[in-house]
Amino acid sequence: MASLSLINICKSFGDKKVLKDLSFSIDHAEFVSIVGPSGSGKSTLFHLIGGLLQPDNGEIRMESSLINGKRGAISYMPQSSSLLPWRTILENVMLGEELLGKKDEQGALEMIAKAGLSGYEHAYPDQLSGGMKQRAAFIRSMLSPQSLICLDEPFSALDEFTRLEMQQWLLSIWEEHKRSILFVTHNIEEALYLSDRIIVLSSRPAQVKAVFTIPFARPRRESIVLTEDFLRWKKKIYNELRGMI
Amino acid sequence: MTAFRKGWRPVSAIILLFLLWEAASLLFEVPSWLLPSPSQIWQEGIAGWPDYRYHLWSTIRLTIVGFSIGTIIGIAVAICLHLLPKLRDTLYPLMILSQNVPIIVLAPLLVIWFGFGVLPKLIVITLVCFFPIAVAAMDGFKQTDADLMHYMKMAGATKGQIFRKLEWPFALPALFSGLKISATYSVMGAVISEWLGAKQGIGVYMTLASSSFRTDRVFVAIFLIMALCLIFFAFIILLERWTVRWKTKGAKNNG
Ligand SMILES: Nc1ncnc2c1ncn2[C@@H]1O[C@H](COP(=O)(O)OP(=O)(O)OP(=O)(O)O)[C@@H](O)[C@H]1O
Ligand SMILES: [Mg+2]
Repeated sequence: MASLSLINICKSFGDKKVLKDLSFSIDHAEFVSIVGPSGSGKSTLFHLIGGLLQPDNGEIRMESSLINGKRGAISYMPQSSSLLPWRTILENVMLGEELLGKKDEQGALEMIAKAGLSGYEHAYPDQLSGGMKQRAAFIRSMLSPQSLICLDEPFSALDEFTRLEMQQWLLSIWEEHKRSILFVTHNIEEALYLSDRIIVLSSRPAQVKAVFTIPFARPRRESIVLTEDFLRWKKKIYNELRGMI
Repeated sequence: MTAFRKGWRPVSAIILLFLLWEAASLLFEVPSWLLPSPSQIWQEGIAGWPDYRYHLWSTIRLTIVGFSIGTIIGIAVAICLHLLPKLRDTLYPLMILSQNVPIIVLAPLLVIWFGFGVLPKLIVITLVCFFPIAVAAMDGFKQTDADLMHYMKMAGATKGQIFRKLEWPFALPALFSGLKISATYSVMGAVISEWLGAKQGIGVYMTLASSSFRTDRVFVAIFLIMALCLIFFAFIILLERWTVRWKTKGAKNNG
């Protein structure tokens, strides 16, 4: 039984067709990345899953229930960290739980410690660096009770070095806490390093162009990005994407 | 320390002004009913304390009550209009029009309608107070950060949660700039409403003083009003510092 499935999703804005007959699914505890050209409709896809938009056609199912237009069914981490500036880090990371009515301060404190943010529990977001903010935002989505986490280019605003650090950190947390993750990125290497599966979208109107199952064993070390196997995969996906431009 | 470093310039300017004023009134021997010197005003301020004490107290009470009512109404109006956009489009022009009715003209009418009691006075203060507060709060609500709003919606927050946990705290800094303006307006509103007919208050003290050519007392009244305005303003600033302390704390680290 898949955690999330999309079946023949169509969406247009006016005359502009953005998604056309898009179908895919994510299993429990699976890490799936979506790559695609800019403007192909990746964020739109998240808005549909998040219930901000209604699909023109098709079904979005969580476990087995229909969630078309239903908000709060997924946990979400946007590109900007979107922490509330008047809340301390501790209050911020518990926001997702709070909205659904159950707070677990002990769990939140443990998670903050694991993220290397000990000592910042009662600091305000403006006192943190960009990477720390993204970490806090990620903990917030991990602590939210929904089983699927959707991340929309969470690291694209970070510099290369912080980004690498964040990817390793993300993997270590995820390997320990196994949740389903849907991850949007522009970065092929990032997708390869993190995912079980990569879904390549075509340019507008977006359809699933190719799906790759990534065979690298877990837990993954950062050194795999230098192996020849990794490079071959990178070429393969790169060619798939280049074919569209 | 920073307050001292920033404050010494205006304070010394005021002291200099008073010195010039004192020197000029000595030099040109200006009669005190025309323009009393600062020292004469100061003496009257001390000697007259038992006379004006209860006037002052009454004005303070009136201001606080009026300001509180104006604030509550201002915030309530802002929330209603924010949550009901159609109502906002209908009433917003009316609100602006209401500010164009001169209070000096309206006030005597209010006395005709509601008598000399406390009600018309509170209405005057509320009228001058609620507008800056309502407009500031509505602007604050409207400017809520789009990214944060987006996150809250994706996270499944209800309309009420979005308001309580996002829009309201987001609007607080804007709301406080409205409160600061209203705090000083409310003192003026109180004095004006007392002119219309009251048994006590700084406004009454002032009218009595000017009709008996006690110019020194008129100046005492002027300085009392200024002091009141300043104190109310400072109080709001303190409240603001305490309420939006996340702002100063966050900025400390970055700047
Ligand atoms: N609310 C909207 N109304 C009209 N058009 C929209 C709306 N939202 C998105 N679009 C259009 O849909 C298309 C897909 O946008 P979307 O943001 O989903 O792309 P994306 O794949 O996330 O791009 P990027 O990789 O640059 O983030 C764009 O052409 C955009 O202009
Ligand atoms: Mg996008």
